[in-house]
Amino acid sequence: MSAAGPSPRRALPQPPGEGTPVGTRLWRVLAHAFAHNPVLMLAAALVVVQVLASVFAPLIAPYDPVAQAVESRLAAPSAEFWLGTDKLGRDVLSRILHGYQSSLGIAFSAVLAALLFGGTLGIWAGFKGGWVDRVIMRLADVLFAFPIILLAIGVIAILGTNATSTVIAIAVVYAPIFARLMRGPTLVLRSADYVHAARSFGSGDLRIVVWHIMPNLASVILVQASLSLSTAILLEASLSFLGIGSQPPAPSLGRMLSEGRDYIFIAPWACIFSGFAILLASLGFNLLGDGLRDRLDPRLRVID
Amino acid sequence: MGKLIVRRLLDLGGVLLGVSVLVFLMIRLIPGDAAQVMLGASGDASESQVEQLRQQLGLNDPLPVQYYHWISAMARGDFGVSIWTGKPVLEDIAERIGVTAELTILSLLLAVLLSIPAGVLMAYFRGGASDFVLRVVTITGVTMPGFWLGALLIFGWAIWFPNWQTLGSVPPFTEQPWAHLQRMFLPTLTCALPVIASLARIMRSAMIDALSQDYIRTARSKGLNEWTVTFKHALRNSLIPYVTALGIMAGYLFSGAIVVEQVFAIPGLGRLMLGAIADRNYPLIQTSILVVTCSFVVINAIIDLLYRVIDKRAGASV
Repeated sequence: MSAAGPSPRRALPQPPGEGTPVGTRLWRVLAHAFAHNPVLMLAAALVVVQVLASVFAPLIAPYDPVAQAVESRLAAPSAEFWLGTDKLGRDVLSRILHGYQSSLGIAFSAVLAALLFGGTLGIWAGFKGGWVDRVIMRLADVLFAFPIILLAIGVIAILGTNATSTVIAIAVVYAPIFARLMRGPTLVLRSADYVHAARSFGSGDLRIVVWHIMPNLASVILVQASLSLSTAILLEASLSFLGIGSQPPAPSLGRMLSEGRDYIFIAPWACIFSGFAILLASLGFNLLGDGLRDRLDPRLRVID
Repeated sequence: MGKLIVRRLLDLGGVLLGVSVLVFLMIRLIPGDAAQVMLGASGDASESQVEQLRQQLGLNDPLPVQYYHWISAMARGDFGVSIWTGKPVLEDIAERIGVTAELTILSLLLAVLLSIPAGVLMAYFRGGASDFVLRVVTITGVTMPGFWLGALLIFGWAIWFPNWQTLGSVPPFTEQPWAHLQRMFLPTLTCALPVIASLARIMRSAMIDALSQDYIRTARSKGLNEWTVTFKHALRNSLIPYVTALGIMAGYLFSGAIVVEQVFAIPGLGRLMLGAIADRNYPLIQTSILVVTCSFVVINAIIDLLYRVIDKRAGASV
């Protein structure tokens, strides 16, 4: 932490003239990174295409994802049904597009909630130190002690099996990760010279945190959020595969795979394509986070 | 060293206490009346039945009193009874946890056996194309949904090995050892494959780190052969970060095992807990979570302490 510091700015030439806002520089780094790194471009393309597909699923899906057509059940991929149909004659492509919507929606909400809750607590812990820090970090340690799936099962057992409890369950799993991640840099930054300077000008805690500490966490947040989304998509899929995620008839990639599994020997497409969709969604965010980490976090780039 | 052990034990006690409090609060956090919710699954429960369950679970006392009763009952070996069958939940769990634990341990062993040589080789031949391939394989492993991999393996095995039984309950090892191992093979592979690449990558970084140390140069300048330098000097020192990562991976593999069990229709802890969620059999869910989590915490603490005792340097830097 000492030599490279948590800030991506040190690795860059300072822009000429007086201080450009930090945000602009981060965007400049990102633009440069995307333009010069084919893997990052591929990752961005994967993410953008899938996010657009999920947002516009109702417009681009060729069929109603829950409409049953018994006469064409378990149909193989064809010009009519590009990815085939499932046991109830529902179009697999349309279900995957709508499944993206629910998977990405749940994963986004959960990671955002984890970031807001865990991140705030982590910054608070790092900034205040003392017993606040100890209590929050011990709580994070306790949450870390649970195997992920058991923590999620526990939350879902309390709140019932539906999409909202899936969001909360995943958020509970990821909140301590963000808390730990935010605490470290905050702890270092709170004794930085410019923070002391700001304080001597009469800035309050909130102003210091928002204007002087949080901009420095932006790149860490970006990387971790992207990597967390990648695994949150898998966790959501696991939970709906186990039947404790969102409930039918809402299309969900994990449940599609679970239903398709029963017909894997006569109609493998539902199972194969829904699993591949989960893999692609998770892969896109993982490549993005991995590539951004290389570009934005000089400390990690040196080690690995 | 004594001071270190005491501090670690205090940490351990703190985490165990925290875990038990969270698991204890589980039933109390259920929105509405927990007893009503639990019996609700069966349809119509009379007011006296609800009150009886409330008494049985001690939901009428103040929270600290409830916690004290709950913990002291467990200290006496009473982990609660299933609210439907009245059978002690520990018996149900003991019946089912074996196969899940076995799956976790077997896949951990397989992952270790494959990832150490892979990591060492990759550290030795680092740079260029091999790094790129490694990166692709690692990321694919991390983002591969285990249940999908399992389903694809079942599909593939049915084509390549039509006589290989892949689904259903597992014959006990003591009666049919070969059939048992044959049945466990695919689930183990499914659990282990996604983590092998990650572990190999950790091994590789640790090994690269170790190979660049001064004592390696000294060893080489003494005229020791490459084999001794790599496997005796460097490998032993790079095992420390690797073992730390193994503790985290074990929890991850357990989570995977719960899901993979469902893919292969193995009646393990996962199936028991999913059934308990549907039945709202909270004592069973509570005890399963508590027992498994505490076992992981204790095992990790023992491993951590052991290698700190072995490696004086790590012990000093606590």
